[in-house]
Amino acid sequence: MEYRRREVLGASAAGIAAAVGGCLGDSGDDGEGSIAGEELAMATTTSTEATGLLDELNAAFRERFSTRVAANADGTGAAIRSARDGNADVILVHARSQEDEFMRDGYGVNRRDLMFNDFVVVGPSDDPAGVGDTEQATAAFEAIADAEATFVSRGDESGTHTKELAIWSETGLEPGGEWYQQLGQGMGETLTNANESGAYTLSDRGTYLSRDDLDLEILLQGPIEGGPELLANPYGIMAVNPEIHDDVNYQLAMAYIGFVTSPEGQAVIEDFTANGEQLFFPEALSEDPDFQQYVPEGWQPNGSEE
Amino acid sequence: MPLDALSDPTYLRSIIRLSLTVSLVAVLVSTVLSLPIAFAVGFADFRGKRFVTAVINTGMGFPSVVVGLLVWYVLSNQGPLGTLNLIYTPEAMIISQCVLAAPVITGVALSAVESVDDAVRDAAYGVGGTRADVALITLKEARYGVITGILAGFGRAISEVGSVLIVGGNIAYADGTSKTRTLTTAIQFEVRKGEFEVALILGAVLLVLVLLVNGIVLRLGGR
Repeated sequence: MEYRRREVLGASAAGIAAAVGGCLGDSGDDGEGSIAGEELAMATTTSTEATGLLDELNAAFRERFSTRVAANADGTGAAIRSARDGNADVILVHARSQEDEFMRDGYGVNRRDLMFNDFVVVGPSDDPAGVGDTEQATAAFEAIADAEATFVSRGDESGTHTKELAIWSETGLEPGGEWYQQLGQGMGETLTNANESGAYTLSDRGTYLSRDDLDLEILLQGPIEGGPELLANPYGIMAVNPEIHDDVNYQLAMAYIGFVTSPEGQAVIEDFTANGEQLFFPEALSEDPDFQQYVPEGWQPNGSEE
Repeated sequence: MPLDALSDPTYLRSIIRLSLTVSLVAVLVSTVLSLPIAFAVGFADFRGKRFVTAVINTGMGFPSVVVGLLVWYVLSNQGPLGTLNLIYTPEAMIISQCVLAAPVITGVALSAVESVDDAVRDAAYGVGGTRADVALITLKEARYGVITGILAGFGRAISEVGSVLIVGGNIAYADGTSKTRTLTTAIQFEVRKGEFEVALILGAVLLVLVLLVNGIVLRLGGR
């Protein structure tokens, strides 16, 4: 489907304006007054909720704008589907390929890079597959497949599942058999299952660190701790296009995006810790305009794609 | 590679088979455990009988998530039965469904036994029947109530999602065979993914299954 340049640029400009508005937060702005008391419908991924970051962000947003956020935390796939149906005003997700498709189809506007952390391969401490000796995500997955060690997969089209499938696809292996188990549940349940079953899994670092009841160990680090770039986990946020769903609360969505990408919102992310560790790293503030965050990856201003 | 309940018949069949197996086994086990209790309590007269009846009736309304949680704690690796390695297996789901179905079967069967008219028992004694004869007569009189109880237990077991999700884990293999994914947990999963149409169709399948089982049992029961 053709990506409509003019509308996107127009919407991006509006988004930037709203974001700037959110940053400056001048109280004389009537936009701020009119959203007070309304409720923002957000669709997001399990990691933001399970870590507790979402509560912090939403509490800060509420304090600032007197606006509540009703967040529905499922996998990225579910969040995007919910937004396609017009059941969300804003989505905060972490699977760029799915986000890009969402934008190309015209549903998402004003995407912003919000923050990042990384994925880690976790497993039992005795590490029967020898994942601890690998340095690449593909090598780790190959070791697990070779040993036919139990691997629990989210299996739910979430951002983490999307990443896991991308890694399998890089290895050229098609995981199957009794050792490869698809749960169809959130990250928290999946970690619990891996912990109980002595299995390996791919987890976002945040959800893993927010748990203190696990015997699982990180066997392959992500890029934050010097691991492979393939395990990077960037989060994006975008508004649902009011041109397609005219009942979405676009103004409120943009106020939220403006807030969380402002220095104030980014500080909430920076300061958020669990068990003494920082879980997410702010990415919205940079000196460069970083045009690519607003559009599908590889999209060119002349309307074509690379 | 994501599993698709509609275009992959192996996957759908496997989920249906697991749902039926787990619930039927659970109901069978519960029935074997429940009926003797129902008859014993129903026939006997003892102090505290009303209390026992109240406990059984409370069990009929026990929240399934709580049952799932308790069974999880017992079966998980740190739990008392952790060494059996039952967590996230169909056996674990059978256990939690038994805990849910048994009080229903016991409770309904008990009230069926108690509602058999005293005159029937007196008459059986009167014509010189032994205790066993009287029990048989009563059982015969109460059979529809007992069957209703078993069907209600089956209904509770197969329609249950909270506990089987916790103790079973909704696991499916990549080739589309289900380890612990039942119709109910699959429905919940499809809803989570936003696949409401697929979820609705699975719901219809579940409904038809329950209808079929009820039809078969009632037929066998002679109604």
